[in-house]
Amino acid sequence: MHVNRAEPLVVGIETSCDETGIGIVRGRTLLSNTIASSMDEHARFGGVVPEVAARAHLEALEPAIHAALAESGVALGDIDAVAVTSGPGLAGALMVGVGAAKALAVSLDRPLYAVNHLVGHIAADILDPDAPPLEYPTVALLVSGGHTSLLLVRDLTTDVELLGETMDDAAGEAFDKVARLLGLPYPGGPEIDRAAASGDPDAIPFPRGLSRASDLAAHRYDFSFSGLKTAVARWVEQRQAAGEPVPVADVAASFREAVVDVLVTKALAACRDHEVPRLLLGGGVIANRRLREVAIERAAAQGVTVRIPPLSLCTDNGAMIAALASELVMSGRAPSTLHFGADSTLPVTEIQVAEEAS
Amino acid sequence: MILGIDTSLGSAVAVVEPDGVVRSQRESLDPRGHAEVIGSLIQEALAEASVTAAEITHVAAGMGPGPFTGLRVGIAAARTFALGRGIPVVPVVSHDAVALELLLHEALHAGFDAEDRSFAVVTDARRREFAFTVYRGIDDGGLPIRLAEPALAPRDELDAVLSRDGVERRDAERIPAALLALAAARAIAARRTIGPDDALYLRSPDVTMPGAPKRVSA
Ligand SMILES: [Zn+2]
Repeated sequence: MHVNRAEPLVVGIETSCDETGIGIVRGRTLLSNTIASSMDEHARFGGVVPEVAARAHLEALEPAIHAALAESGVALGDIDAVAVTSGPGLAGALMVGVGAAKALAVSLDRPLYAVNHLVGHIAADILDPDAPPLEYPTVALLVSGGHTSLLLVRDLTTDVELLGETMDDAAGEAFDKVARLLGLPYPGGPEIDRAAASGDPDAIPFPRGLSRASDLAAHRYDFSFSGLKTAVARWVEQRQAAGEPVPVADVAASFREAVVDVLVTKALAACRDHEVPRLLLGGGVIANRRLREVAIERAAAQGVTVRIPPLSLCTDNGAMIAALASELVMSGRAPSTLHFGADSTLPVTEIQVAEEAS
Repeated sequence: MILGIDTSLGSAVAVVEPDGVVRSQRESLDPRGHAEVIGSLIQEALAEASVTAAEITHVAAGMGPGPFTGLRVGIAAARTFALGRGIPVVPVVSHDAVALELLLHEALHAGFDAEDRSFAVVTDARRREFAFTVYRGIDDGGLPIRLAEPALAPRDELDAVLSRDGVERRDAERIPAALLALAAARAIAARRTIGPDDALYLRSPDVTMPGAPKRVSA
């Protein structure tokens, strides 16, 4: 089977959470980033419902592939390789993509690359036509409704190390839960942002999780947001019990500041400890303007350059999965066998799953 | 040449000629490993049948009923395989494959006067329920006649439900993909639609509506 290794045309399938993402890339050039989201269906439940997400993937997959092909102007017959997220993520949701990708690869008689979702978030950066090439090593902070991970990337296709991750809620989940406490709708991120605009970020000293000296010994790069959420709840309840109005703008701004502070502090600590003057931000929560501002400002003071992929590629998408597979193809890696499943807890060190022995 | 794919119980794949000659059949009875095995089963079924993907003209998709997580894998695979080749998907009620197998088998052995007796194909639906579909006989197109659409019943109530209507119970542990493909072949020949476009979940997703936030203060 001849595969174009110089500039492979790759279709990527991503179904790890509530976005059905179909991406098409040629080498490092983005041709389509098609996303069908089931977010609206989850809104009334205040969070992603796995079975609802999985059902939505099955319905959205085929129309999304058609839309991606139409947008990119390529035919499936021209595709050099198929890529799919095998994990981490919601098991039932991942399985839809895995089943679909395998059958598509067999049907097209093309190689299949099963890849890691988190590493895909880093690969999204490659598709930015205006950015200089990614330099190594780089620290990467990935923040979304499903994950909060701090990584040391020495090479995108061969060497990604997990420095730390959340011990409980993902940062995006904390935004959703606090939004609900404040009577704001789902998803919480943009709502908290809006409410925080007129608030004082220093009004309430909410705790920074895993930031005490005693915590830092074992969890230097780990995160915890459940204590913060509880602290916000307690503060709001005390106000209500005292018959005083809840200053929503101040609570939102102070909560957001606590999240942003701990994310940026730990990411920059990783940069300092590993003597890496580069920080890459990824994941849907990067859409939060305050997080980007604080990261850029404090990184600059420390001599660290911040890279942020285009925001349309920060949320979960298939283009980043295709981009990662494209890098694997270009670096001469063998495809995956057909013997792999959905792995909801796939470690970030497994960049590609089930690589064929060559 | 029809490719049949069903993951409503285990995972089953078959390649069948339009006239019903079975070229290959591959299956895994593992009730959980659908995503792991589906790709190899398709590949092996094609190889064993000595056909390439390009020779497949239709994909028969088992639409359930069946436990959701596994069921979706086969439907997703059927749809993208067909998409890759630009060929149609023929949705089939998974129980139809079992019913067709029973009817053909009984006809061959003449021990079962199929025209007179109704029977139910019964499969495990988990959560202490069975999925069942009631059939009686075979129609002019060679397809099993469904008397009622697939439904769920609590495990300890099914026998009462069936005996009330004089329906014989036929439990199935596997869905024969070759018979699924044969049912599709007959539907194509008769220019009929025999299965639903959407998966037969028969249950709403499990969701819990959030109540008011729980108090955290003592
Ligand atoms: Zn993600």
